[in-house]
Amino acid sequence: MIGISHYLILSGLLFSIGFMGVLRRKNLLMLFFATEVMLNAVNIAFAAIGNYYGDLSGQMFAFFIIAVAASEVAVGLGLLIVLYKKYHTLDLDIISTMRG
Amino acid sequence: MYEFIAFYIFAISTVILFLITVLSKNVLYAMTSLAAGMVMISGFFFLLGADFLGVVQLIVYVGAVMALYAFAMMFFDTTKDVKEKYNNPKLVFLLGGLMAVVFVIIFSAPIIGENIQVASPITDGVGNAQAVGIVLFTKYLVPFEVAAIMLLVAMVAGIILAGKKMDKSLTTTVLPLVDKESEDEILKKESR
Amino acid sequence: MEKLVYIALFAPFVGSLFAGLFFARSPKNIIVGIVNPALIFISWLASVALAFHVAEHGAIHVTMMDWISAGALHIPFGFVVDEVSVTMMVVVTTVSTVVHVYSNGYMDNDKSFNRFFSYLSAFVFSMMVLVMSDNFAGLFIGWEGVGVCSWLLIGFWYHKKDVTPDINPAISPSYAANEAFIMNRIADLGMLVGIFLIYWNVGSLQYDVVFKALPHLADGILVAIAIALFIGAMGKSAQFPLHTWLTDAMEGPTPVSALIHAATMVTAGVFLVIRANPLYSLDAVSNVSYFIAALGTFVAFFAASMALVNRDLKRIIAYSTLSQLGYMFAAAGLGAYWIALFHLAAHAFFKALLFLGAGNVMHAMDDELDIFKMGGLKKVMRGTYLYMGVASLALAGIPPLAGYFSKDAIIETAFNEGTYILWFTLVFTAGLTAFYSFRQVFLTFEGEERYKKFGFHPHEMYRYVLIAMSPLAILAVIAGWFQGSFHEFITTLLPDYEMSHHTHHNAWWLGLLVLAFAVTGILIAYVKYARKGDKAFKQDEKVESGFFYKLLMNQYYIPAFYVEFIIKPYTVISDKFWAIDKAVVDATVDFIAKVIYKTGDSARVMQNGNLSSYLNWMGIGAVLLILASAIAVVMG
Repeated sequence: MIGISHYLILSGLLFSIGFMGVLRRKNLLMLFFATEVMLNAVNIAFAAIGNYYGDLSGQMFAFFIIAVAASEVAVGLGLLIVLYKKYHTLDLDIISTMRG
Repeated sequence: MYEFIAFYIFAISTVILFLITVLSKNVLYAMTSLAAGMVMISGFFFLLGADFLGVVQLIVYVGAVMALYAFAMMFFDTTKDVKEKYNNPKLVFLLGGLMAVVFVIIFSAPIIGENIQVASPITDGVGNAQAVGIVLFTKYLVPFEVAAIMLLVAMVAGIILAGKKMDKSLTTTVLPLVDKESEDEILKKESR
Repeated sequence: MEKLVYIALFAPFVGSLFAGLFFARSPKNIIVGIVNPALIFISWLASVALAFHVAEHGAIHVTMMDWISAGALHIPFGFVVDEVSVTMMVVVTTVSTVVHVYSNGYMDNDKSFNRFFSYLSAFVFSMMVLVMSDNFAGLFIGWEGVGVCSWLLIGFWYHKKDVTPDINPAISPSYAANEAFIMNRIADLGMLVGIFLIYWNVGSLQYDVVFKALPHLADGILVAIAIALFIGAMGKSAQFPLHTWLTDAMEGPTPVSALIHAATMVTAGVFLVIRANPLYSLDAVSNVSYFIAALGTFVAFFAASMALVNRDLKRIIAYSTLSQLGYMFAAAGLGAYWIALFHLAAHAFFKALLFLGAGNVMHAMDDELDIFKMGGLKKVMRGTYLYMGVASLALAGIPPLAGYFSKDAIIETAFNEGTYILWFTLVFTAGLTAFYSFRQVFLTFEGEERYKKFGFHPHEMYRYVLIAMSPLAILAVIAGWFQGSFHEFITTLLPDYEMSHHTHHNAWWLGLLVLAFAVTGILIAYVKYARKGDKAFKQDEKVESGFFYKLLMNQYYIPAFYVEFIIKPYTVISDKFWAIDKAVVDATVDFIAKVIYKTGDSARVMQNGNLSSYLNWMGIGAVLLILASAIAVVMG
């Protein structure tokens, strides 16, 4: 039988994959994809826990996360376009103006 | 039994698809696999009895968000592979692997908190969409409205940021580019 | 009446702030020269009014506000105006007023004219706090306040260079100021110990509470308190062995010497002993009191002997101040507190006058202080000659001037107590006093006009300055005539001291003996220094190379002793400790700083402006947090 820990482990694995992407990516658009992966991983965990306890709150949180993700994408992409217009690149190694 | 099979199919496919998303050099591949991975995730939601959430996942993520990404990509040069310089790939895999291992260890442990009080119980005999609607418009009404406003604000912000005549406002104060090569590139582009 | 108390106390403070806040950086401003003396004069008026009030209705006690209230310690800002403090207030404000007016003339061409008035008024305020406070803590505040003002004023000409003794036998003002301050600091430690002892044993610092509780204390504690307080008094009143600062303090401007180092601040020690008379008149501390009297007598003689040979106009007067302070301590130590206070007041008038006269001479002689280079100045400086003559007569104790009454009373007290050694020393010192003061006067004003050789063009002081000095001259003459009424006034508070029948019987020849010594001193001085022509005074090599002359000229080699045995070893020890400090403390601090600096320097690399590397750092942090939570779950 599929228990809650299956879902949670899957969620953890997916989160780790997203995390790896965040660490690895230098292109901002790709970085965004990696964050989407992480958000989705968390959504699975919420839904699974809600199901386990018979509670709708888990789903509610997943909804709000989706809403937040949607607005994040809208604003983030707008900013990406601005950045691209300004620097003609999305590579973080190039868009670094502060030097320590 | 079929739940078992379904879970593993979805699980393996999401892992593979997301790995492609994270590791691929091509933006189109990455985006396509991300969209596919999200479709697979909605499968989990259906498995977990969260029908409405699964539908929302499909509509909002796979539909709207991915469409946004697709539109955004039109601004960027996506035909070429993304060139990225990886400073220390070992560290990335080490940290990611470590995190995965820790999560696996934590989540494979039995859950102890059995006496958790259910805040909004799933009522029998009511469809998932109906139950969600009841909870959303009673208990979570205010957060729901706030989320609506947030989406509106995000929409306005997205339109403004993407649609403004950037050449005149923001780009007039171009920051000094650090990279000499890219500066030359830009100059070339501008002269064209 | 409360208002009068506050006016008397705060008028000088207002003056100090007025000069200090508004005119500190501006050049000489005559407004300061008018407003500040006026404010001191207001303070004088208030003090005199208070004196009459106290004489009629008794003491006034005001509590301005709570000052320290911590646990059982409760010290208010309280002021008491009784017979003793009102006497001091009148003396202080009288001399201060004259000195303030005088300073207008004396500091005429000084670029720090306003600063001088600010300091001078601040001093008067501190002195008023000192005498008016109704508790030992307030007294200590005033005590330190006058110390600071004294430091500021001695070092007033801090820009003067330190020159070798052959050009100027004195030292630099900054050195003198620091010397005075540090010597006082040593003594103030004693005073603080005394105050702490009082607080521990009595639980209060209010005079009335303390004095009521004193008879119930153990003898040992009483003696300790008496000694500790007297050490404080020794420093402020420059008693042996802490006396060297007073003569060096003459480096300050002359009005300062007149006000602080003759009339007021140096008498604070005597005031303390008088104020604490319930303590010093206890049987348990009779030995301490006798020691005070003996030390006073010794200093009287000791200082007078050094004055005999000194050639510096101001230093001679400083030694005589020291000597007269010795007289006051002798009286106070023998229990004749009211006589000590009487001499204090009389001495303040004639000694301030003497100093101001010396200031006139300095002004005339372009700051020359060597009396051997003067002589015959009476032709050009008639007014000053008159003033200094009167003051010296008073100092020498010639009737009917002030000094005769007060000093004679002290000598009579010594006879009355049966301490004949003290008595004879004091009588002999009276002769020395007369000699050196007239040696100075005659060398300055009579005899050959030696100054012509050195190319000086002396001139008399401004007329208004001479007029301003007249109150002191009048007081130096008549102050003694009020001995009877002063006795009546003061003994309502201080213990009465009456001569025994035997002493009364012998009073006439005792007085005559003192007078004879004084007149002899004056005559010798006249014969030796005042004549012209063939018999004019000449420096005698043979005398000057004699043992005693050298001993006295070098102040018994005490300053040299201090330099050799205290200052030099201290410097050596300080150097050693400095080395240790550098090797241990500094190194530790530097090490900590270096560690932090290096950490920062290496951590700076993190802030490279690249968002991706920031993300990596954040990722490392996140993994660490997850690890930590996992470990916490496993452990707990």
